[in-house]
Amino acid sequence: MAYNTPDDLRYAKTHEWVRVDGDEVTIGISDYAQQALGDVVFAELPSVGRTLSAGEPFGVVESVKAASDVYAPLSGEVSAINEALLDAPETLNSDPYGEGWMLKLRPSNLEGEQNQLLDAAAYTQHTEDEASKH
Amino acid sequence: MKRTPLYDRHVAMGAKTVEFGGWDMPVQYTGIIEEHQATRNAAGLFDISHMGQINVYGPDALRFLQHIATQDVATIAEGLANYALLCYPDGGIVDDIFIYHLPHCYLVVVNASNVDKDFGWMQEHSQGFNVQLENISAATTMLALQGPKAEAILDRVTDVDVTKLWFHGVVEGVLCGDVPAIIARTGYTGEDGFELFFENAYAERVWNSLLQEGQADGLKPIGLGARDSLRFEPKLALYGHEISDQINPYEAGLGWVVKLDKGEFIGREALQRIKAEGPRRKLVGLEMIGRGIARQGYPVATPEGETVGEVTSGMPAPTLGKNLALALVRADLAKLGTELDVVVRNKPVRAVVVKTPFYQSRYKK
Repeated sequence: MAYNTPDDLRYAKTHEWVRVDGDEVTIGISDYAQQALGDVVFAELPSVGRTLSAGEPFGVVESVKAASDVYAPLSGEVSAINEALLDAPETLNSDPYGEGWMLKLRPSNLEGEQNQLLDAAAYTQHTEDEASKH
Repeated sequence: MKRTPLYDRHVAMGAKTVEFGGWDMPVQYTGIIEEHQATRNAAGLFDISHMGQINVYGPDALRFLQHIATQDVATIAEGLANYALLCYPDGGIVDDIFIYHLPHCYLVVVNASNVDKDFGWMQEHSQGFNVQLENISAATTMLALQGPKAEAILDRVTDVDVTKLWFHGVVEGVLCGDVPAIIARTGYTGEDGFELFFENAYAERVWNSLLQEGQADGLKPIGLGARDSLRFEPKLALYGHEISDQINPYEAGLGWVVKLDKGEFIGREALQRIKAEGPRRKLVGLEMIGRGIARQGYPVATPEGETVGEVTSGMPAPTLGKNLALALVRADLAKLGTELDVVVRNKPVRAVVVKTPFYQSRYKK
Protein backbone atom coordinates (compact mmCIF):
# COMPACT_ATOMS: atom_id res chain seq x y z
CA MET A 1 0.00 0.00 0.00
CA ALA A 2 1.23 3.50 -0.72
CA TYR A 3 1.32 6.19 1.93
CA ASN A 4 1.64 9.93 1.59
CA THR A 5 4.58 11.08 3.74
CA PRO A 6 5.38 14.76 3.06
CA ASP A 7 9.09 15.67 3.12
CA ASP A 8 8.61 18.91 5.04
CA LEU A 9 7.30 17.23 8.19
CA ARG A 10 8.89 15.31 11.05
CA TYR A 11 7.39 12.10 12.42
CA ALA A 12 7.20 10.19 15.68
CA LYS A 13 7.55 6.40 15.70
CA THR A 14 4.04 6.36 17.18
CA HIS A 15 2.77 7.83 13.86
CA GLU A 16 2.16 11.49 14.68
CA TRP A 17 3.53 14.23 12.42
CA VAL A 18 4.99 17.58 13.46
CA ARG A 19 5.18 20.81 11.47
CA VAL A 20 7.50 23.42 13.00
CA ASP A 21 6.33 26.98 12.41
CA GLY A 22 8.32 29.55 14.42
CA ASP A 23 7.79 28.95 18.13
CA GLU A 24 4.69 26.83 17.56
CA VAL A 25 4.32 23.32 16.16
CA THR A 26 1.25 21.68 14.58
CA ILE A 27 0.59 17.98 15.27
CA GLY A 28 -1.57 15.37 13.60
CA ILE A 29 -1.54 11.70 12.66
CA SER A 30 0.15 10.33 9.55
CA ASP A 31 -1.48 8.95 6.45
CA TYR A 32 -0.11 5.54 7.46
CA ALA A 33 -1.84 5.90 10.84
CA GLN A 34 -5.20 6.94 9.42
CA GLN A 35 -5.13 4.07 6.91
CA ALA A 36 -4.25 1.61 9.66
CA LEU A 37 -7.10 2.91 11.85
CA GLY A 38 -9.73 2.79 9.13
CA ASP A 39 -12.84 4.97 9.36
CA VAL A 40 -12.31 7.36 12.25
CA VAL A 41 -15.61 7.97 14.02
CA PHE A 42 -14.58 9.74 17.21
CA ALA A 43 -11.77 12.01 18.40
CA GLU A 44 -10.91 13.22 21.88
CA LEU A 45 -8.51 16.17 22.30
CA PRO A 46 -6.84 17.79 25.32
CA SER A 47 -7.83 21.22 26.60
CA VAL A 48 -5.94 24.31 25.54
CA GLY A 49 -3.37 25.24 28.16
CA ARG A 50 -2.60 21.68 29.17
CA THR A 51 1.10 20.83 29.49
CA LEU A 52 2.22 17.66 27.74
CA SER A 53 5.43 15.67 28.05
CA ALA A 54 6.92 14.01 24.99
CA GLY A 55 5.52 10.49 24.72
CA GLU A 56 2.44 11.23 26.82
CA PRO A 57 -0.96 10.29 25.36
CA PHE A 58 -2.81 13.53 24.57
CA GLY A 59 -5.90 12.24 22.84
CA VAL A 60 -7.79 9.31 21.44
CA VAL A 61 -9.01 8.46 17.98
CA GLU A 62 -11.56 5.71 17.56
CA SER A 63 -12.63 3.63 14.60
CA VAL A 64 -15.68 1.36 14.51
CA LYS A 65 -13.49 -1.37 15.90
CA ALA A 66 -11.09 0.17 18.40
CA ALA A 67 -9.81 3.14 20.38
CA SER A 68 -6.20 4.23 19.87
CA ASP A 69 -4.14 6.68 21.91
CA VAL A 70 -2.33 9.53 20.21
CA TYR A 71 0.98 10.59 21.78
CA ALA A 72 2.68 13.96 22.12
CA PRO A 73 5.76 13.93 19.89
CA LEU A 74 7.23 16.90 21.83
CA SER A 75 6.84 18.44 25.27
CA GLY A 76 5.03 21.73 25.59
CA GLU A 77 1.82 23.59 26.24
CA VAL A 78 -1.26 23.11 24.09
CA SER A 79 -1.98 26.43 22.39
CA ALA A 80 -4.86 25.39 20.12
CA ILE A 81 -6.96 22.34 19.27
CA ASN A 82 -8.84 21.54 16.09
CA GLU A 83 -12.37 21.60 17.47
CA ALA A 84 -13.83 20.81 14.04
CA LEU A 85 -12.57 17.24 14.50
CA LEU A 86 -14.98 16.67 17.37
CA ASP A 87 -17.92 16.95 14.97
CA ALA A 88 -16.16 15.71 11.84
CA PRO A 89 -13.56 13.14 12.94
CA GLU A 90 -13.57 11.64 9.42
CA THR A 91 -11.39 14.59 8.38
CA LEU A 92 -8.54 12.63 9.98
CA ASN A 93 -9.03 10.13 7.14
CA SER A 94 -9.65 12.53 4.29
CA ASP A 95 -6.99 15.16 5.00
CA PRO A 96 -4.58 14.01 7.74
CA TYR A 97 -1.92 16.66 7.00
CA GLY A 98 -4.26 19.58 6.38
CA GLU A 99 -7.78 20.05 7.77
CA GLY A 100 -7.21 16.98 9.93
CA TRP A 101 -4.54 18.59 12.15
CA MET A 102 -5.16 17.82 15.84
CA LEU A 103 -3.43 20.45 17.96
CA LYS A 104 -0.85 23.20 18.17
CA LEU A 105 1.79 23.17 20.85
CA ARG A 106 4.34 25.68 22.20
CA PRO A 107 7.30 23.34 22.65
CA SER A 108 9.33 23.71 25.83
CA ASN A 109 12.41 21.84 24.59
CA LEU A 110 12.31 21.81 20.80
CA GLU A 111 16.10 21.83 20.42
CA GLY A 112 16.56 18.92 22.80
CA GLU A 113 13.67 16.77 21.55
CA GLN A 114 13.37 17.30 17.83
CA ASN A 115 16.28 15.00 16.97
CA GLN A 116 14.16 12.18 18.42
CA LEU A 117 11.80 12.66 15.49
CA LEU A 118 12.20 10.98 12.10
CA ASP A 119 12.45 12.63 8.71
CA ALA A 120 10.16 11.42 5.93
CA ALA A 121 12.62 8.82 4.60
CA ALA A 122 13.33 7.35 8.03
CA TYR A 123 9.61 7.32 8.88
CA THR A 124 8.77 5.56 5.60
CA GLN A 125 11.35 2.92 6.48
CA HIS A 126 9.79 2.63 9.94
CA THR A 127 6.31 2.05 8.52
CA GLU A 128 7.66 -0.56 6.10
CA ASP A 129 9.36 -2.37 8.99
CA GLU A 130 6.10 -2.29 10.94
CA ALA A 131 4.06 -3.52 8.00
CA SER A 132 6.44 -6.41 7.32
CA LYS A 133 6.31 -7.50 10.97
CA HIS A 134 2.69 -8.34 10.42
CA MET B 1 -0.70 -18.10 12.98
CA LYS B 2 -3.08 -20.16 10.89
CA ARG B 3 -4.27 -19.00 7.48
CA THR B 4 -7.33 -20.00 5.49
CA PRO B 5 -6.90 -21.28 1.91
CA LEU B 6 -7.98 -17.79 0.76
CA TYR B 7 -5.38 -15.83 2.72
CA ASP B 8 -3.24 -14.88 -0.30
CA ARG B 9 -6.37 -13.90 -2.19
CA HIS B 10 -7.44 -11.56 0.63
CA VAL B 11 -4.05 -9.87 0.75
CA ALA B 12 -3.99 -9.52 -3.04
CA MET B 13 -7.40 -7.84 -2.84
CA GLY B 14 -6.02 -5.27 -0.41
CA ALA B 15 -7.35 -6.66 2.85
CA LYS B 16 -5.82 -5.62 6.14
CA THR B 17 -5.42 -8.64 8.35
CA VAL B 18 -5.63 -9.15 12.09
CA GLU B 19 -5.12 -11.97 14.56
CA PHE B 20 -8.39 -13.61 15.62
CA GLY B 21 -8.65 -16.89 17.54
CA GLY B 22 -5.18 -17.95 16.39
CA TRP B 23 -5.90 -17.06 12.75
CA ASP B 24 -4.51 -14.31 10.54
CA MET B 25 -7.83 -13.06 9.10
CA PRO B 26 -8.96 -10.17 6.90
CA VAL B 27 -10.38 -7.46 9.17
CA GLN B 28 -11.39 -5.13 6.33
CA TYR B 29 -10.96 -4.60 2.59
CA THR B 30 -12.18 -1.08 1.87
CA GLY B 31 -13.58 -0.02 5.24
CA ILE B 32 -15.80 -1.45 7.96
CA ILE B 33 -18.66 1.00 7.46
CA GLU B 34 -18.73 0.54 3.67
CA GLU B 35 -18.62 -3.25 4.02
CA HIS B 36 -21.30 -3.17 6.70
CA GLN B 37 -23.65 -1.12 4.49
CA ALA B 38 -22.91 -3.29 1.45
CA THR B 39 -24.11 -6.35 3.40
CA ARG B 40 -27.23 -4.60 4.73
CA ASN B 41 -28.15 -3.08 1.34
CA ALA B 42 -26.88 -5.60 -1.23
CA ALA B 43 -24.68 -8.55 -0.31
CA GLY B 44 -21.40 -9.48 1.36
CA LEU B 45 -19.09 -12.47 1.00
CA PHE B 46 -17.19 -13.60 4.08
CA ASP B 47 -14.37 -16.12 4.39
CA ILE B 48 -15.16 -17.78 7.71
CA SER B 49 -12.98 -20.84 7.24
CA HIS B 50 -11.49 -20.19 10.67
CA MET B 51 -14.72 -21.58 12.14
CA GLY B 52 -14.56 -25.21 13.24
CA GLN B 53 -16.61 -28.09 11.85
CA ILE B 54 -17.15 -31.38 13.65
CA ASN B 55 -19.18 -34.23 12.17
CA VAL B 56 -21.11 -36.49 14.52
CA TYR B 57 -21.90 -39.93 13.06
CA GLY B 58 -23.42 -43.06 14.50
CA PRO B 59 -26.67 -44.55 15.80
CA ASP B 60 -26.43 -42.53 19.05
CA ALA B 61 -25.67 -39.18 17.38
CA LEU B 62 -28.99 -37.62 18.41
CA ARG B 63 -28.87 -39.02 21.96
CA PHE B 64 -25.28 -37.78 22.33
CA LEU B 65 -26.10 -34.26 21.10
CA GLN B 66 -29.10 -34.15 23.43
CA HIS B 67 -26.67 -34.96 26.26
CA ILE B 68 -24.21 -32.14 25.51
CA ALA B 69 -26.40 -29.38 24.01
CA THR B 70 -29.02 -27.18 25.67
CA GLN B 71 -31.22 -27.09 22.57
CA ASP B 72 -33.78 -29.83 21.92
CA VAL B 73 -31.86 -31.45 19.06
CA ALA B 74 -34.79 -33.80 18.35
CA THR B 75 -36.66 -30.80 16.92
CA ILE B 76 -33.93 -30.31 14.29
CA ALA B 77 -35.34 -32.47 11.51
CA GLU B 78 -33.14 -33.71 8.70
CA GLY B 79 -32.55 -30.78 6.37
CA LEU B 80 -32.70 -28.22 9.16
CA ALA B 81 -30.23 -26.49 11.45
CA ASN B 82 -30.46 -24.64 14.74
CA TYR B 83 -28.51 -22.66 17.29
CA ALA B 84 -27.46 -24.35 20.55
CA LEU B 85 -25.16 -24.00 23.53
CA LEU B 86 -22.73 -26.37 25.18
CA CYS B 87 -22.76 -25.76 28.92
CA TYR B 88 -20.59 -26.81 31.85
CA PRO B 89 -22.22 -28.57 34.81
CA ASP B 90 -22.32 -25.19 36.63
CA GLY B 91 -24.28 -23.57 33.76
CA GLY B 92 -21.36 -21.57 32.34
CA ILE B 93 -21.02 -21.72 28.58
CA VAL B 94 -18.42 -23.90 26.83
CA ASP B 95 -19.35 -22.47 23.41
CA ASP B 96 -22.25 -21.50 21.23
CA ILE B 97 -22.69 -23.78 18.23
CA PHE B 98 -24.83 -24.40 15.20
CA ILE B 99 -26.12 -27.94 14.59
CA TYR B 100 -26.91 -28.93 10.98
CA HIS B 101 -28.87 -32.14 10.49
CA LEU B 102 -27.52 -33.79 7.32
CA PRO B 103 -28.65 -37.12 5.81
CA HIS B 104 -25.68 -39.10 7.16
CA CYS B 105 -24.57 -37.11 10.20
CA TYR B 106 -24.91 -33.97 12.25
CA LEU B 107 -22.49 -31.17 11.37
CA VAL B 108 -21.59 -29.03 14.37
CA VAL B 109 -20.07 -25.61 13.67
CA VAL B 110 -18.05 -24.12 16.53
CA ASN B 111 -16.03 -20.97 17.15
CA ALA B 112 -12.49 -20.77 15.75
CA SER B 113 -10.79 -20.28 19.10
CA ASN B 114 -12.74 -23.18 20.63
CA VAL B 115 -12.26 -25.97 18.10
CA ASP B 116 -9.78 -27.98 20.17
CA LYS B 117 -11.62 -27.31 23.43
CA ASP B 118 -15.00 -28.27 21.96
CA PHE B 119 -13.71 -31.35 20.16
CA GLY B 120 -12.04 -32.49 23.40
CA TRP B 121 -15.23 -31.77 25.35
CA MET B 122 -17.29 -33.77 22.88
CA GLN B 123 -14.86 -36.70 22.90
CA GLU B 124 -14.73 -36.72 26.68
CA HIS B 125 -18.51 -36.85 26.96
CA SER B 126 -19.05 -39.39 24.18
CA GLN B 127 -18.23 -42.31 26.52
CA GLY B 128 -21.09 -44.77 26.43
CA PHE B 129 -22.53 -43.39 23.19
CA ASN B 130 -22.17 -45.20 19.90
CA VAL B 131 -20.91 -42.18 17.95
CA GLN B 132 -17.93 -41.24 15.82
CA LEU B 133 -16.62 -37.69 15.99
CA GLU B 134 -14.64 -36.25 13.10
CA ASN B 135 -12.98 -32.84 13.24
CA ILE B 136 -13.03 -31.70 9.60
CA SER B 137 -12.09 -28.07 10.36
CA ALA B 138 -8.67 -28.09 8.69
CA ALA B 139 -10.01 -29.54 5.43
CA THR B 140 -13.13 -27.39 5.18
CA THR B 141 -13.67 -23.99 3.63
CA MET B 142 -16.66 -22.08 4.96
CA LEU B 143 -18.06 -18.99 3.27
CA ALA B 144 -20.98 -16.81 4.24
CA LEU B 145 -22.99 -15.03 1.55
CA GLN B 146 -25.27 -12.56 3.32
CA GLY B 147 -27.60 -9.74 2.47
CA PRO B 148 -30.83 -9.04 0.55
CA LYS B 149 -29.17 -9.97 -2.79
CA ALA B 150 -27.59 -13.19 -1.49
CA GLU B 151 -30.39 -15.46 -2.67
CA ALA B 152 -30.37 -14.13 -6.23
CA ILE B 153 -26.59 -14.40 -6.50
CA LEU B 154 -26.33 -17.89 -5.04
CA ASP B 155 -29.21 -19.11 -7.19
CA ARG B 156 -27.09 -18.44 -10.30
CA VAL B 157 -24.13 -20.59 -9.19
CA THR B 158 -25.81 -23.70 -7.79
CA ASP B 159 -28.01 -26.56 -8.94
CA VAL B 160 -30.06 -26.22 -5.74
CA ASP B 161 -33.22 -24.12 -5.92
CA VAL B 162 -32.17 -21.92 -3.02
CA THR B 163 -35.35 -19.86 -3.33
CA LYS B 164 -37.09 -22.91 -1.83
CA LEU B 165 -34.59 -23.41 0.99
CA TRP B 166 -36.25 -22.52 4.30
CA PHE B 167 -34.79 -20.32 7.00
CA HIS B 168 -32.25 -22.57 8.75
CA GLY B 169 -32.65 -25.16 5.99
CA VAL B 170 -29.60 -27.15 4.90
CA VAL B 171 -29.05 -29.20 1.77
CA GLU B 172 -26.26 -30.93 -0.14
CA GLY B 173 -25.72 -29.52 -3.60
CA VAL B 174 -23.23 -28.42 -6.25
CA LEU B 175 -21.62 -24.99 -6.61
CA CYS B 176 -19.97 -23.59 -9.74
CA GLY B 177 -20.77 -26.63 -11.87
CA ASP B 178 -18.85 -29.34 -10.04
CA VAL B 179 -18.07 -28.38 -6.42
CA PRO B 180 -19.82 -30.65 -3.90
CA ALA B 181 -21.05 -28.43 -1.10
CA ILE B 182 -23.33 -28.11 1.87
CA ILE B 183 -25.61 -25.09 1.50
CA ALA B 184 -27.50 -23.69 4.48
CA ARG B 185 -29.77 -20.70 4.97
CA THR B 186 -27.95 -19.55 8.09
CA GLY B 187 -25.71 -16.65 9.00
CA TYR B 188 -24.51 -14.13 11.54
CA THR B 189 -25.48 -10.71 10.19
CA GLY B 190 -29.20 -10.24 10.83
CA GLU B 191 -29.80 -10.43 7.09
CA ASP B 192 -31.12 -13.22 4.91
CA GLY B 193 -28.20 -15.27 3.65
CA PHE B 194 -26.35 -18.52 3.31
CA GLU B 195 -23.40 -20.42 4.64
CA LEU B 196 -21.47 -22.74 2.33
CA PHE B 197 -19.17 -25.63 3.23
CA PHE B 198 -16.86 -27.44 0.80
CA GLU B 199 -13.35 -28.85 0.50
CA ASN B 200 -10.39 -26.46 0.60
CA ALA B 201 -9.25 -27.35 -2.92
CA TYR B 202 -12.20 -25.39 -4.36
CA ALA B 203 -11.84 -22.32 -2.15
CA GLU B 204 -10.34 -19.88 -4.62
CA ARG B 205 -12.60 -20.90 -7.49
CA VAL B 206 -15.83 -20.57 -5.51
CA TRP B 207 -14.72 -17.29 -3.91
CA ASN B 208 -13.82 -15.76 -7.27
CA SER B 209 -16.95 -17.05 -9.02
CA LEU B 210 -19.27 -15.67 -6.37
CA LEU B 211 -17.60 -12.25 -6.38
CA GLN B 212 -17.76 -12.11 -10.15
CA GLU B 213 -21.35 -13.35 -10.28
CA GLY B 214 -22.44 -10.85 -7.64
CA GLN B 215 -20.52 -7.84 -8.89
CA ALA B 216 -23.50 -6.28 -10.66
CA ASP B 217 -25.62 -6.80 -7.53
CA GLY B 218 -23.14 -4.91 -5.37
CA LEU B 219 -21.57 -7.96 -3.71
CA LYS B 220 -18.42 -7.05 -1.73
CA PRO B 221 -15.86 -9.09 0.21
CA ILE B 222 -16.34 -8.44 3.92
CA GLY B 223 -13.80 -8.64 6.74
CA LEU B 224 -14.16 -9.55 10.39
CA GLY B 225 -14.60 -5.89 11.37
CA ALA B 226 -17.96 -5.62 9.63
CA ARG B 227 -18.82 -9.20 10.61
CA ASP B 228 -18.65 -7.96 14.20
CA SER B 229 -20.69 -4.78 13.64
CA LEU B 230 -23.28 -6.73 11.60
CA ARG B 231 -23.78 -9.29 14.37
CA PHE B 232 -23.73 -6.64 17.11
CA GLU B 233 -26.73 -4.64 15.85
CA PRO B 234 -29.18 -7.60 15.89
CA LYS B 235 -27.65 -8.71 19.24
CA LEU B 236 -26.16 -11.99 18.08
CA ALA B 237 -23.84 -13.18 20.85
CA LEU B 238 -20.09 -13.45 20.33
CA TYR B 239 -18.08 -15.94 22.36
CA GLY B 240 -15.63 -14.11 24.63
CA HIS B 241 -17.97 -11.11 24.75
CA GLU B 242 -21.61 -11.92 25.60
CA ILE B 243 -20.88 -15.54 26.45
CA SER B 244 -18.08 -17.37 28.27
CA ASP B 245 -17.53 -19.92 31.01
CA GLN B 246 -18.27 -17.09 33.49
CA ILE B 247 -21.65 -16.22 31.95
CA ASN B 248 -24.73 -18.46 31.97
CA PRO B 249 -27.39 -18.51 29.24
CA TYR B 250 -30.02 -16.72 31.35
CA GLU B 251 -27.66 -13.83 31.99
CA ALA B 252 -26.80 -13.68 28.29
CA GLY B 253 -30.47 -13.52 27.28
CA LEU B 254 -30.20 -16.98 25.72
CA GLY B 255 -32.78 -18.73 27.88
CA TRP B 256 -34.71 -19.52 24.68
CA VAL B 257 -31.89 -21.88 23.65
CA VAL B 258 -32.15 -23.86 26.91
CA LYS B 259 -34.84 -26.55 26.82
CA LEU B 260 -35.06 -27.65 30.44
CA ASP B 261 -37.98 -30.02 29.79
CA LYS B 262 -36.31 -32.03 27.01
CA GLY B 263 -34.62 -34.46 29.44
CA GLU B 264 -31.14 -34.77 30.90
CA PHE B 265 -28.20 -32.71 29.57
CA ILE B 266 -24.97 -31.34 30.97
CA GLY B 267 -25.68 -28.26 33.08
CA ARG B 268 -29.41 -28.87 33.38
CA GLU B 269 -29.58 -28.96 37.18
CA ALA B 270 -27.60 -25.76 37.57
CA LEU B 271 -29.62 -24.04 34.85
CA GLN B 272 -32.92 -25.11 36.46
CA ARG B 273 -31.75 -23.54 39.71
CA ILE B 274 -30.51 -20.35 38.00
CA LYS B 275 -33.79 -19.97 36.16
CA ALA B 276 -35.82 -20.51 39.34
CA GLU B 277 -33.77 -18.02 41.33
CA GLY B 278 -33.53 -15.54 38.46
CA PRO B 279 -30.17 -14.50 37.03
CA ARG B 280 -28.12 -12.03 39.10
CA ARG B 281 -26.97 -10.17 35.99
CA LYS B 282 -28.70 -9.37 32.72
CA LEU B 283 -27.46 -8.44 29.28
CA VAL B 284 -28.84 -5.02 28.36
CA GLY B 285 -28.58 -2.63 25.46
CA LEU B 286 -27.11 0.78 26.23
CA GLU B 287 -27.29 3.92 24.15
CA MET B 288 -24.67 6.52 24.96
CA ILE B 289 -26.15 9.90 25.80
CA GLY B 290 -22.85 11.58 26.61
CA ARG B 291 -19.90 11.83 24.23
CA GLY B 292 -17.99 8.56 24.19
CA ILE B 293 -17.85 5.08 22.76
CA ALA B 294 -18.26 2.09 25.06
CA ARG B 295 -15.87 -0.80 24.50
CA GLN B 296 -15.62 -4.32 25.86
CA GLY B 297 -14.41 -4.36 29.46
CA TYR B 298 -15.36 -0.78 30.32
CA PRO B 299 -17.07 -0.67 33.74
CA VAL B 300 -20.74 0.24 34.04
CA ALA B 301 -21.74 2.26 37.11
CA THR B 302 -24.80 3.91 38.60
CA PRO B 303 -24.94 7.71 38.38
CA GLU B 304 -23.91 7.59 42.06
CA GLY B 305 -20.68 5.82 41.09
CA GLU B 306 -21.33 2.26 42.19
CA THR B 307 -19.90 -0.28 39.73
CA VAL B 308 -22.74 -2.57 38.63
CA GLY B 309 -21.48 -4.29 35.51
CA GLU B 310 -19.32 -4.34 32.44
CA VAL B 311 -19.59 -3.67 28.72
CA THR B 312 -19.41 -6.88 26.64
CA SER B 313 -19.43 -5.22 23.19
CA GLY B 314 -19.69 -1.59 22.13
CA MET B 315 -19.23 0.49 19.03
CA PRO B 316 -20.73 3.20 16.87
CA ALA B 317 -23.43 1.09 15.20
CA PRO B 318 -23.16 1.79 11.45
CA THR B 319 -26.83 1.15 10.55
CA LEU B 320 -28.26 2.97 13.55
CA GLY B 321 -25.81 5.87 13.61
CA LYS B 322 -25.61 5.73 17.40
CA ASN B 323 -22.98 4.78 19.94
CA LEU B 324 -24.40 1.56 21.39
CA ALA B 325 -23.27 -1.17 23.73
CA LEU B 326 -24.25 -4.50 25.18
CA ALA B 327 -23.47 -4.78 28.87
CA LEU B 328 -23.93 -7.31 31.65
CA VAL B 329 -25.39 -5.41 34.59
CA ARG B 330 -26.98 -6.18 37.96
CA ALA B 331 -30.41 -7.62 37.17
CA ASP B 332 -32.38 -4.93 39.02
CA LEU B 333 -30.93 -2.26 36.70
CA ALA B 334 -32.00 -3.88 33.43
CA LYS B 335 -35.26 -1.94 33.05
CA LEU B 336 -35.65 0.13 29.88
CA GLY B 337 -34.94 3.80 30.54
CA THR B 338 -32.58 3.17 33.47
CA GLU B 339 -29.73 5.68 33.38
CA LEU B 340 -26.26 4.25 33.90
CA ASP B 341 -22.72 5.49 33.32
CA VAL B 342 -20.14 3.78 31.16
CA VAL B 343 -16.70 4.54 32.52
CA VAL B 344 -14.65 5.58 29.47
CA ARG B 345 -10.96 6.08 30.29
CA ASN B 346 -11.80 6.84 33.94
CA LYS B 347 -14.57 9.28 33.02
CA PRO B 348 -18.24 8.39 33.57
CA VAL B 349 -20.25 8.93 30.39
CA ARG B 350 -24.04 8.81 30.69
CA ALA B 351 -25.98 6.06 28.92
CA VAL B 352 -29.53 4.72 29.02
CA VAL B 353 -30.88 1.17 28.87
CA VAL B 354 -32.63 0.71 25.53
CA LYS B 355 -34.53 -2.08 23.81
CA THR B 356 -32.64 -4.83 22.02
CA PRO B 357 -32.04 -6.01 19.41
CA PHE B 358 -30.89 -2.63 18.14
CA TYR B 359 -31.60 -3.86 14.60
CA GLN B 360 -34.50 -6.14 13.67
CA SER B 361 -33.18 -9.14 11.72
CA ARG B 362 -34.53 -9.45 8.20
CA TYR B 363 -34.58 -13.22 7.76
CA LYS B 364 -36.62 -14.78 4.98
CA LYS B 365 -38.99 -17.12 6.77
